[in-house]
Amino acid sequence: MIFMKPFRLLSVSFLFALLFAPAALRAALTIEIVGGGANQIPVAIAPFRAEEGLAQKITPVIAADLARSGLFRVVDAGGMVPVPYEPEQVDFPRWRARGAEAVVIGSVTLLSDGRYDIRFRLMDVVKQTQLAGFVYFASAAQLRLTAHKIADVIYEKMTGDAGVFATRITYIVKKGKRYELQVADADGYGAQTVLASNEPIISPAWAPNGTRLAYVSFEHKKPVVYVQSLTTGDRKAVANFWGSNSAPAWAPDGRRLAVTLTKDGGSQIYLINADGGGSPTRLTSSSAIDTEASFSPDGQWIIFTSDRGGGPQIYRMPASGGQPQRLTFEGNYNVSPHYGPDGKSFTFMQRNGNRFHIAVQDFATRQVQILTDGGIDESPSFAPNSRMILYATKVGGRGILAAVSSDGRVKQRFTEDAGDVREPSWGPLVNK
Amino acid sequence: MKKIFAVLFLAGVLAGCSSAPPLEQEGAKVEDRVPSAVPQEKPADSGVSSKPLGTSTVAADPLKDPANILSKRSVYFDLDSNIIKDEYKPIVSAHAKYLSQNRGKQMRIEGNADERGSSEYNLALGQRRADAVKQMMQLLGAPVSQIETISFGKEKPKATGHDEAAWAENRRGDIRYQGE
Repeated sequence: MIFMKPFRLLSVSFLFALLFAPAALRAALTIEIVGGGANQIPVAIAPFRAEEGLAQKITPVIAADLARSGLFRVVDAGGMVPVPYEPEQVDFPRWRARGAEAVVIGSVTLLSDGRYDIRFRLMDVVKQTQLAGFVYFASAAQLRLTAHKIADVIYEKMTGDAGVFATRITYIVKKGKRYELQVADADGYGAQTVLASNEPIISPAWAPNGTRLAYVSFEHKKPVVYVQSLTTGDRKAVANFWGSNSAPAWAPDGRRLAVTLTKDGGSQIYLINADGGGSPTRLTSSSAIDTEASFSPDGQWIIFTSDRGGGPQIYRMPASGGQPQRLTFEGNYNVSPHYGPDGKSFTFMQRNGNRFHIAVQDFATRQVQILTDGGIDESPSFAPNSRMILYATKVGGRGILAAVSSDGRVKQRFTEDAGDVREPSWGPLVNK
Repeated sequence: MKKIFAVLFLAGVLAGCSSAPPLEQEGAKVEDRVPSAVPQEKPADSGVSSKPLGTSTVAADPLKDPANILSKRSVYFDLDSNIIKDEYKPIVSAHAKYLSQNRGKQMRIEGNADERGSSEYNLALGQRRADAVKQMMQLLGAPVSQIETISFGKEKPKATGHDEAAWAENRRGDIRYQGE
């Protein structure tokens, strides 16, 4: 059988053991698209053979993912009889007549061990060739994830950028006096509370391999940095020094964290081991505030917020410490820098008058682009493909999450049923 | 002994230099502005009425005596500022003196910031305010080993509004003693 070119086995059980525990999947966050890309790619998605009986259908999830990105227009696949499941069944001229550039076909087969065999092909309607074809073996609980993986392949083939539908996000929900650290799929489904506290939680940061979170918890009536495993739930205070401990940022090696400590007086940036062992290495030495470190993807640089020049601005220094250079010059309040995963730009929060916007600055050209106009937009972080930026904003006094494409064209809003959502962070690509 | 003398002298100089009104009045002013400044403290007579020694022992805990300046715990700051205004200097100096005379006491100064801006930069601004209070106490001879400064940033606002009055209320350093 000459089925798939690439062949990929989906093995996610260990990673998702905690997060995909028995709780039913639901959309805690509903995503609404506010704006769309200029040139949307028309793609048709035919229903997969035998997906009708599944509790979680595959193709509606793929269609929702692609539409939400703002880069695709999902072409109606209804009334195409017979429905094509194999390449030889695709009537290319008819799909072309509907305006589709590509068509997705596939099938689902229940295996004797209870898992599903899910295979799909992405067909180029114009060239009448196969662009991609994969097979996945997944349990019933992994059907949504499998659909996201398929959407990732389609996104990558059609746009040239990695897809991020199978990634996860984290954020804090405040419900009354209770704070919940939650992790959800990038489409808002499957939200799980990984930590609940009656004291604030801020600044969650993903370990580079997506299996741990670092964050700041005030459960001991002061800010302390913790690292928590998402697979076992184990957590440990990794920075609990005299004074305040905050702003964790993972080094790309996943073994060290940059944190802000005040143990020696003033808020300064230090390097610590992510397991909490050893003693901190001090990276900055100023009499000003130095905080909010973010590593470059190659681990060579740290960008951070400092008010050594008066107001808070963004600086860059070697990751081992050394002379910082100022990066931002527009405006008198530029904070919360996050390095882009492609290393070419950083996103940050800028104050203009009484309004706060999310902006990006290119490292090479120093050009700044303001991406949002929400008024109180905070905590930006890049999607792992550098194409989208997740941030927190306020609507009617309540915190919600939103995302904007790094060119400012596509805008999404995540609405949540209850509570006040803040401090989001977009997780890394995993199993890639 | 010499040290304590120095502290008293400095405190005197400080009070003398400031244009603030007399201590009692000053304390009352702070109390008016922040009616809930000492909400966790028990009323002076509640735990005491059944004790045979009478109320004089209650007055002996100056930290809980509403008539004593040591019951005043909050220092307020201007926007983007960590400068301790004259009106709060008597409170800071009273606690500095108390700490140096009570070497077994541990103090935590909690800095706070208003809600505008990033969580982490605000955390650092709150820390800077707490540190400013500590530095003044140190100048007045208080042993720094007895003082930890931490920050809540904008995470635990006392006033939950979104206007200048609420923001002013939240730009604050609070003095707490261990066990409080």
